[in-house]
Amino acid sequence: MSATVITITSGKGGVGKTTTTANLGVALAQLNKRVVCIDVDIGLRNLDVVMGLENRIVYDLVHVIEGQCRLRQAMIKDKRMPELYLIPAAQTRDKSAVSPSDMVRLTDELRPDFDFVLIDSPAGIERGFRNAIAGADKVLVVTNPEVSAVRDADRIIGLVEAERKGPAQLILNRMRPAMVDRGDMLSTDDVLDVLAIDLIGIVPEDESILVGSNRGNPVAMDEKSLAGQAYRNIAMRLTGKDIPFIDFSKPRNGFLGKIANIFKRG
Amino acid sequence: MGILDFFNGTKATSKDIAKERLKVVLIHDRTDIPPAVMEQLRDEILDVIAKYVDFDRDAVDIRLDRENRLSQLVAEIPLRESPRSRRKR
Repeated sequence: MSATVITITSGKGGVGKTTTTANLGVALAQLNKRVVCIDVDIGLRNLDVVMGLENRIVYDLVHVIEGQCRLRQAMIKDKRMPELYLIPAAQTRDKSAVSPSDMVRLTDELRPDFDFVLIDSPAGIERGFRNAIAGADKVLVVTNPEVSAVRDADRIIGLVEAERKGPAQLILNRMRPAMVDRGDMLSTDDVLDVLAIDLIGIVPEDESILVGSNRGNPVAMDEKSLAGQAYRNIAMRLTGKDIPFIDFSKPRNGFLGKIANIFKRG
Repeated sequence: MGILDFFNGTKATSKDIAKERLKVVLIHDRTDIPPAVMEQLRDEILDVIAKYVDFDRDAVDIRLDRENRLSQLVAEIPLRESPRSRRKR
């Protein structure tokens, strides 16, 4: 058995890379996969707080790379999940503390013991991005349906191809179906038309995402959340299952759905 | 289809404008050809073609296009019919 190493990146900051990494980690672990998430955003670590594991950090990625601890010592186990671990980024160092070849060595060391290694990339196209994709087998590009985010996604997709890590797959995050319906937001088809890459997931804008990160409980743990379902679907696609995309513009049943539909019509 | 087309027909939604702007900006991002250089390229291409054939300079459309992540330079240059071919009819 050997893990698939997946890097989650975007170019632009704030589109949801860290949230995506945390939720895919949780969703894959729920499918009984052995998962380790690595935060490569050295100096600006955040995956720890989004996963709710910030109080348990002793060692970090840079300690491992510099040989100050063993790999296992830096791996924080998420006790809520069967097999989910986090390797946090160092907070007081910078990107130059790690090189792309360090990352290749690290991911190779993790491969035999896991099903998935998820790497949370920093924003940008510099050293941190190079570190993040160095060991990757597959790259997921997260974007939002807005001009600046799609433009940066296009740039990143080109760089991923140039590094022979392509073709990347797309996660379209923060979709607002009501805005798409009235022509004020790029639709999934519009974004795919412009970027010309494969789609692996659509995640709706959902308040439960913020509530989840407030609490340190990724929304994929919430059975009732629509965004949580979207992440669980991406996780299943990553395991090779053919899962249809949720049509968020479809009228939703139930009491709240009916109310939402009344407002949508207006 | 250009930005102007939207204003001639039905009213453009903001996402139509977003998509059109994105397409233009991505073509220039990926090819690294700034609009001013594109203009010069266009003029030089037309000068060369004008040496050999007769065409209407105003009817020419030279643009960068993109399909499936490949950029291409597309030139549509409608030629004027020569007097000889007209006589044949």
